[in-house]
Amino acid sequence: MITRALFNLSDAGSRIFLGVLLALAILVPASNLLLPPDSAFHVPTHVVSLVGKYLCYAILALALDLVWGYCGILSLGHAAFFALGGYAMGMYLMRQIGTRGVYAHPVLPDFMVFLNWPELPWFWHGFDNPLFAFLMVLLVPGVLAFAFGWLAFRSRVTGVYLSIITQAMTYALMLAFFRNEMGFGGNNGLTDFKDILGFDIQAQGTRAALFIATVALLALCYVIARSIVTSTYGKVLVAIRDAESRTRFLGYRVENYKLVAFVVSACMAGLAGALYVPQVGIINPSEFAPANSIEAVIWVAVGGRGTLTGAALGAVVVNAAKSMFTTGALAPYWLFALGGLFIFTTLFLPKGIVGTIGSLFRRHGHEAPEAKEAAEPAPGLEKVQQ
Amino acid sequence: MTAPQLTNTVLYLDGISVSFDGFKALNALSLYLEPGEMRAIIGPNGAGKTTMMDVITGKTRPDVGTAVFDGQHDLTRLDEAEIANMGIGRKFQKPTVFEQHTVADNIRLALAGPRTTLSALLGRRNAITDDEIDAILKRVRMARHRERLAGDLSHGQKQWLEIAMLLAQDPKLLLVDEPVAGMTDAETEETAHLLKEIAQSHSVVVVEHDMHFIRMLGVKVTCLHEGSVLAEGTIDSVSSNERVVEVYLGR
Repeated sequence: MITRALFNLSDAGSRIFLGVLLALAILVPASNLLLPPDSAFHVPTHVVSLVGKYLCYAILALALDLVWGYCGILSLGHAAFFALGGYAMGMYLMRQIGTRGVYAHPVLPDFMVFLNWPELPWFWHGFDNPLFAFLMVLLVPGVLAFAFGWLAFRSRVTGVYLSIITQAMTYALMLAFFRNEMGFGGNNGLTDFKDILGFDIQAQGTRAALFIATVALLALCYVIARSIVTSTYGKVLVAIRDAESRTRFLGYRVENYKLVAFVVSACMAGLAGALYVPQVGIINPSEFAPANSIEAVIWVAVGGRGTLTGAALGAVVVNAAKSMFTTGALAPYWLFALGGLFIFTTLFLPKGIVGTIGSLFRRHGHEAPEAKEAAEPAPGLEKVQQ
Repeated sequence: MTAPQLTNTVLYLDGISVSFDGFKALNALSLYLEPGEMRAIIGPNGAGKTTMMDVITGKTRPDVGTAVFDGQHDLTRLDEAEIANMGIGRKFQKPTVFEQHTVADNIRLALAGPRTTLSALLGRRNAITDDEIDAILKRVRMARHRERLAGDLSHGQKQWLEIAMLLAQDPKLLLVDEPVAGMTDAETEETAHLLKEIAQSHSVVVVEHDMHFIRMLGVKVTCLHEGSVLAEGTIDSVSSNERVVEVYLGR
């Protein structure tokens, strides 16, 4: 199994991608921690967290590419899974605050004291245990995706209708989480975190460790996704994407195939959200906003749908551009730039950055054999010609 | 015509009616297929040939009627995947192969065996060897195309690939919709040979317009018209039937 997994990574794209991640995991924290702040190569701590945030988005993009790129499920609600993972992590971090909150209540987070809640709601129990919280990071998005997918895929909801109900799902969750009575801090969400696993969340070393963890989990998600898409299961996903009813007539239970991919993808998105929250320092209902899910689709489209590496690259490139754009005089025009980028990609780079590079390479590599193939007689003629 | 006993048929359609918005696509259609039999279905456009295949494969539910496979499975209660796994394979009118997959991968997905997600991820379905694929491709003489994308194949090659996928699926009953549409005369002849070879170990239903091709098959012919059977018998008796000439051949 392990040799098989390694074989799946023997292509040029995987080697470059994992190589870049390894370099990032070593060089960024090293330069942040070891070089003096006045060195030209010093990476400031806020940049470490910023790049870490991009890499969380890269995990989300990877998750989306698994279902959209390979199975044709255009989810416009993946930010919901991301935000749920983020909230699970946020709840753990809230419980870590202890008596250091404004109201110094030993158990209740500040917002519950403020709302005069007498005790912790039942669904907050257990989140003081990091293992339980980390399990919930995967389980909550996974169970939601299972319930949603089980109903939608069995009813054969596909295409634009499925996209619309995923959008409705994330919108409904946003409205629910905005309500104070839900018990997740309402409008303000969860913030003012102090520690993670006993380490000061603001400390330089913790930030570097979170960065390394993000890179490592991005790599792990990539290896898992890559193993999935190169297996026969992945080939069935592509078959469903391109000819769903044909795949049914071959005897495949299309709904089960979609469901497995959707649940795995939702768990990855939840993981991305959980890594995002400690690095950004806040999680609030705006993370459920429909526009966030749509932005994730743009990252994948720009980087290259159905390439995995492209999805991750797209997330980093578009978000880096966003950071640059929205800090200067051009800030009001960011959404126009994003829309323009999407139109440009759709018209001129339908395969995205990585997809276009890939097909350029393939054209060079395969020119000769294809020409030879065409010169051969069509099959079925041979017997007659003999 | 008396209905044979259920248990002696591989396919038993009795009194099947299907209507779409008031249009009767099938009108009390009855058709029986003996085990190992090959049957050719002809008829003008709109006679209900494709709808009949849709009913057999679970895509369309009949309004009334009985559809039984292998003397025991009620086709009107099963879905596409269940019917396919019981042993009914289908080739579509328009060649439908997985264009983004190689020829070899198309066969890999079609080959008989478990079709669960787990099997495709870690089990038998994910461990299909090149030899198994090549054995099928050799039978349709497409082995050297194994690494080409199915989308890059010519029309005739796609038809053959789809027949190869049926072979790989190894169903008890094959439904073949217009297998020689768009083929050259030589390819048509080859296809007739191949289908006759397949029919030695499978039951086959072939829908085709090409009378020359049907003559080559040399099997019992059923002519459909307006959703029911107009005539049934040898190619000579059917093609000399006055009504058949009037509604179909004469046009």
